[in-house]
Amino acid sequence: MNAYRTWWFLYAFNVLILKYIFMTKKEKPIELEDVVIRFSGDSGDGMQLTGTLFSNTAALLGNDIATFPDYPAEIRAPQGTVGGVSGFQVHFGHSRVKTPGDLTDVLVAMNPAALKANAKWLKHSATIIIDVDNFTPKNIRKAGYQDDPIKEEKLEDYNIIKAPVSSLTKEALKDMGLDMKSVLRSKNMFALGMIYWLFNRPLTFTEEFFKSKFKKKPEIIEANERVLKAGYYYAETIEALHTTYIVRPAKIEKGTYRNINGNTATAWGLIAASEKSGLQLFVGSYPITPATGILEELALRKDLGVITVQAEDEIAGITTSIGASFAGLLAATTTSGPGLALKSEALGLAVITELPLVVIDVQRGGPSTGLPTKTEQSDLMQVLFGRNGESPVAVVAASTPSNCFDYAFEAARLALEHMTPVVLMSDGYLANGSEPWKVPEMKDMPEIKPRIVPEGTQDYQPYKRDPETLARGWAIPGTPGLEHRIGGLEKDEITGNVSYDPLNHQEMTNIRAEKVKRIVNDIPELKPEGKAEGDVLLVGWGSTYGHLKSAQEELVKKGKKVGLAHFHYINPLPGNTADILKKFKKILVCELNMGQFANYLRMNFPQFEYHQLNKVQGLPFTVAEIKEAANNLLEE
Amino acid sequence: MSEETTQKVVYTPKDFKSDQEVRWCPGCGDHAILNSVQRAMSQLGIKKEKYAVISGIGCSSRFPYYMATYGFHGIHGRAAAISTGAKVANPGLSVWTITGDGDSLAIGGNHLIHVVRRNVDINLLLFNNRIYGLTKGQYSPTSVKGQITKTSPYGTVEPPFNPGELVIGAKGRFFARTIDSDIKLSVEIFQEAARHEGTSVVEILQNCVIYNNGAYADITAREYKEDRQIVLRDGEPMIFGKERDKGLMLDRENMKLRVVKIGENGITEKDILVHHSNENNPGLHMMLVNMSWPNYPVAVGIIRNVASPTYDMAVHAQIQKVKQSSPIKKMDDLLKSGNTWEVK
Repeated sequence: MNAYRTWWFLYAFNVLILKYIFMTKKEKPIELEDVVIRFSGDSGDGMQLTGTLFSNTAALLGNDIATFPDYPAEIRAPQGTVGGVSGFQVHFGHSRVKTPGDLTDVLVAMNPAALKANAKWLKHSATIIIDVDNFTPKNIRKAGYQDDPIKEEKLEDYNIIKAPVSSLTKEALKDMGLDMKSVLRSKNMFALGMIYWLFNRPLTFTEEFFKSKFKKKPEIIEANERVLKAGYYYAETIEALHTTYIVRPAKIEKGTYRNINGNTATAWGLIAASEKSGLQLFVGSYPITPATGILEELALRKDLGVITVQAEDEIAGITTSIGASFAGLLAATTTSGPGLALKSEALGLAVITELPLVVIDVQRGGPSTGLPTKTEQSDLMQVLFGRNGESPVAVVAASTPSNCFDYAFEAARLALEHMTPVVLMSDGYLANGSEPWKVPEMKDMPEIKPRIVPEGTQDYQPYKRDPETLARGWAIPGTPGLEHRIGGLEKDEITGNVSYDPLNHQEMTNIRAEKVKRIVNDIPELKPEGKAEGDVLLVGWGSTYGHLKSAQEELVKKGKKVGLAHFHYINPLPGNTADILKKFKKILVCELNMGQFANYLRMNFPQFEYHQLNKVQGLPFTVAEIKEAANNLLEE
Repeated sequence: MSEETTQKVVYTPKDFKSDQEVRWCPGCGDHAILNSVQRAMSQLGIKKEKYAVISGIGCSSRFPYYMATYGFHGIHGRAAAISTGAKVANPGLSVWTITGDGDSLAIGGNHLIHVVRRNVDINLLLFNNRIYGLTKGQYSPTSVKGQITKTSPYGTVEPPFNPGELVIGAKGRFFARTIDSDIKLSVEIFQEAARHEGTSVVEILQNCVIYNNGAYADITAREYKEDRQIVLRDGEPMIFGKERDKGLMLDRENMKLRVVKIGENGITEKDILVHHSNENNPGLHMMLVNMSWPNYPVAVGIIRNVASPTYDMAVHAQIQKVKQSSPIKKMDDLLKSGNTWEVK
């Protein structure tokens, strides 16, 4: 530790000298309403962690935040190439933050490729921090530039900070005896330190993180702390960054808050439903991007009795869950589009056996393997109709990272109370994005009443139904006297025995459809936001909510008569859907696919005309795109 | 569950028959297997409501409908996975998986090897008739090479699986083989399979009267079955034949089994191998499952029966262990754990 003290003394001394030389008195910080920062580098540069640490600090200081991790499918894509750039965008503010932001105020570019990938998303006069050590002629050419990236991107007027991040990291750690790989791995902390200084953030939360994360590796804790501080003092010292900024805490509702991403929220929603229904949670699943985080979180939660089976394939994921549902547990399976395709036949089995089952589809770009790490909403038709036979399932969709909790809970509630499979739709943007979340109290969550048939019930028939919901009774194996058989062959309307009777098949098909339709009586009505009537109604579903809401608010602020109808219940649609659609002159359905929800609305409500805004670039909408489309429609 | 409920602890096979008409072809081996299972279950001392019979797709997979137990008729190939879910969800159940050679060795091959590897405590009855019956006569992964079927009119060109070899190769701890018509042996094996904790795979050599009649006639015909089958019994020498004068020895030079005649070349009963189904080393068991007529008698009986921890118990034991040490006891604890902050 002596060496460390000596080093620190020298470093602090140097800083004082430099401060003296530059006479940079810390000016009064400038207050900002909100700021967008993008950390960007090679996929091995630790940008996801850097962004997460900054976000956690912002959240803990009471800012509202929204994050957008954007990374390549390859774990270590070719170094220095644009394809290998990994980014993490965080938007934090003094008021409510609904999106990770269209354009960035601050870009951290650890190499020329990171600049190349992100230059088009910069605000005018943005601050760009580059690791000048990595701007070598070789790297510059690898990124597709000739010789001067700044000039070629026409960024000369921007606030560019050429920081020797790599060399100062090496310098800070030179006496620690670490290998070069470990040394360079901490350079992301240098950049983070600079950003902390720029935005007047304390280092404490991040230092605490090092201490708990690397409990058994004190040298790594020390290295990270040294580099973080080195970056912080470097930023304080250099002339280029003489102004700092403050973003005051957001005025948000009282309560206990935490930062949560969509996948964790989804996992927790299922566990909450397990507690409220009194049924142990069983999850059979197979790893697939971007859904895997749900299985990982659930595997941790053995303390709450969660059973996870990492199955041999997607089909075993859902079929083990169906077996568990037959045996009487709350069962769920998690996947993404390609996995859902493999599960289709089994999902039909859950439909015909009328067992409760939650299927979670965290969508990604398709078709086929498509864009595994990028977001898209193109599984809607697959979820609604992608099975053989007349095979209706209930469908709900989450719209923010934190309400994945609510809709996972809701999917489980509907499955258990209506004896049907329910698909919860999420996507890569929600799964990996995070935001502060006011933690609910379990006593405020609704009770869930599974339709378990009690022991001693006389004349139990597997397909006898509740007259109101048409849900059948659920007799759990092990209960004496309720022995029965169910399966994938068409069932007699009452007894559940195999039946090939033509009229019975018609009747059972009708009942299965009607049962799902009647869920409409058990879900809330659609609440339009912004104007309740007017010129343009923005329509969306799922993860586009934040961007649509921001666009709607900004348009209303400009005096436009614009409303927003955002759908969380997809099948069945809320009962008042048509009443809301008819109150606007024009309807603009915005979705990250080529028009699947628009077509679904056309099918359900053919009396209206639907305009579309569609995008399939693996990226969320920008607020500007939505505003432009709405304005075009307003001007027509 | 109320113990007060007056349950019959002793059943008759009739207690396990459902009211559904059995629809297999007259003369199908499945009828005999159904009888054997009902007889075995009635004598196991397990309460009827604890049985769950779970199947895939195929002729044999109609089985659950004919049982008066809890039953689930799944989809093609997935019986083992559905059974895994049911057993892990409720380890108190006695789960019987009914499957065929197409269901478990073709479309469901992946689930079969993994259920065996994990050692989920289920009894998997694999009805092997070496043909697809329900789709009316196409070859299966166990059809003998050259077999003529509707999809192999000139004979198959692919070598078949031997289910026992596959199961032991997948770390199987229990493998037995029986013959549909041998009800006595089948009942005995099914009960032993039920007692074994872990995945018990029983291959049942089953005749399909319509599409593969006489599939096993060369070893099951009354006049020579004793000479062409060997019933393996624990602790007993591997002797077979009408006159019980033939036995198996291990040829130590080339590590192969050899059929010998007792009394010839000075061979006595003492030289004959003794069967130990609980031997952990699978080498000899592998040789026994691979024996085929005419070079060897076909082995029936319990070939391998090795104790090993089950998956379902391990899953629950781990949950209990974590529950004891974790400070998170309920959802509210989890919601408030880690980094939270108060907004006032």
